[in-house]
Amino acid sequence: MHDIIVVGAGPAGLTAAIYAVRANKKVLVLEALACGGQIINTSHIDNYPVAPHITGADFGKTLQKQAEDLGVEIEYDEVTHITPIEGGFKVESEDEEYSAKSVILATGTSPRKLGLENEDSFIGKGISYCATCDGGFYKGKTVAVNGGGNSALHEALYLSGICDKVYLIHRRDEFRADAALVDKVKTKDNIELVLNANITKLNGEKHLESIETDNGHTLNVSGLFVAIGRIPNAAGLVDGLELTDDYVASGEDCKTNIPGLFVAGDVRTKELRQLVTATSDGAIAATAAIDFTHE
Amino acid sequence: MSIIEGTKDNFEKEVIKSDKPVLVDFNATWCPPCQALHPILEEMAEESDDYKIVSVDIDDEDALAEQYEVSSIPCLVVFKDGEEVDRKIGLQPKKRLIKMLEK
Repeated sequence: MHDIIVVGAGPAGLTAAIYAVRANKKVLVLEALACGGQIINTSHIDNYPVAPHITGADFGKTLQKQAEDLGVEIEYDEVTHITPIEGGFKVESEDEEYSAKSVILATGTSPRKLGLENEDSFIGKGISYCATCDGGFYKGKTVAVNGGGNSALHEALYLSGICDKVYLIHRRDEFRADAALVDKVKTKDNIELVLNANITKLNGEKHLESIETDNGHTLNVSGLFVAIGRIPNAAGLVDGLELTDDYVASGEDCKTNIPGLFVAGDVRTKELRQLVTATSDGAIAATAAIDFTHE
Repeated sequence: MSIIEGTKDNFEKEVIKSDKPVLVDFNATWCPPCQALHPILEEMAEESDDYKIVSVDIDDEDALAEQYEVSSIPCLVVFKDGEEVDRKIGLQPKKRLIKMLEK
C-alpha cells in the first residue's frame, strides 16, 4: 500500500507529490494522458513568479523532472474509480488496482466542446482545441477562435502571428480575460472581433470551410479553435463525493467531504484557477494528506 | 526496442511492409502535447517487441504528413499489414494506445 496516491500529473498533482516525497512518504502519481497538465499548451507564461516568459511545455517538463529526481514514481494509467476501504482507499483503473492511505485528486479539467452535431467529424479537419499544436497547419489562412477568456485571447494572439486573419468570436460584448491581453488583442490589425455571437453551424465537405453565427454572420474559415471554457474531471470518480457545479466541493484547506481524500488544482471549487493557485493547492493538500497518514 | 524515426525513405520498409503492427506518431517539435507524449511512447517501445513505434516529424517529412492527411497533431495512426486500421488525434491514455495495437 502506498502512503499517498496523487491522481493527475499537472502542476497541482506534481507539487503535491514533491511535498509528500520530501516528507518521506511513499507516493505514486497516476496520470491518464501525459505529464504537465493543461499548462503545457500555453505558449508563454508571464504571471508565475521567478520564471518570466517560460513556455508551458518547459514548465511541465521541468516540474516532472524535479518530481522524478526527488523520487516520485509516475505511472501512466487512467483512474476510473476510487473507493474508501478499511485504512485507506482502493484506486482502480481498467486493468489495475492500487491502494493508499490517502488520495489527492488533481485531475484538472478538459476542454468544453461546442456541442454542435457535426463537431466531432471536423476534429482534425478544421476544428482544434489546441492552437499551439495545430496553428502551424493554418499558416497564411483565415481562422476563427471561439471564446472570451484568457485561453481564447492567448490563442488568438498566437494565431495572429501565423495566420492571415483571425476572427475572435465571443458570446458577450466584453471579454473575461485579463485587461493586458484584451489591450494586446485590440492592437492586432489581423484580429477581427465578432461579439455577441454564438456559433450555430459548421459547414464543409471533408474539411471545415465556413461557420455560421446566430447574429447572421457566415465566416469563411479553414480552422476553428475552440476555447469556450473547461469541464472538471470529477464526475463519477468517487461514490459519495460532494460536487458543486461539477467541481469537487472544498475550501482553501483542500479537504473534501470524505476523510483522507483531498483535492488540488483546477478540479476544486475556487475563485481563481491559475498556475500559482494550483501549485499552492498541491502544497496544502499534500500537507493535509501527510498529517492524515499519521493519524 | 526503441522508437524508429520515420522518413519517406524508410516508411515503406518500416511501416507498410512491417510484419508487426505499427503505431505511427505524427508530431512536431513545436507541439507541446507531442513532446509530452514522447516519453510514454519510449516506454511502450521498450516494454514490448510485439509492435513497432515510428515517429514522423511533420516538418522534416511534410510529404508523408500530406499523404496521410495529417492536419492536427499529435496524430496517432495504427497500421497492420500495410493498411491504416485506426487513427486518434490528441493525447491518448497509454493503455488505449496498446489496445489499438492489439485489436
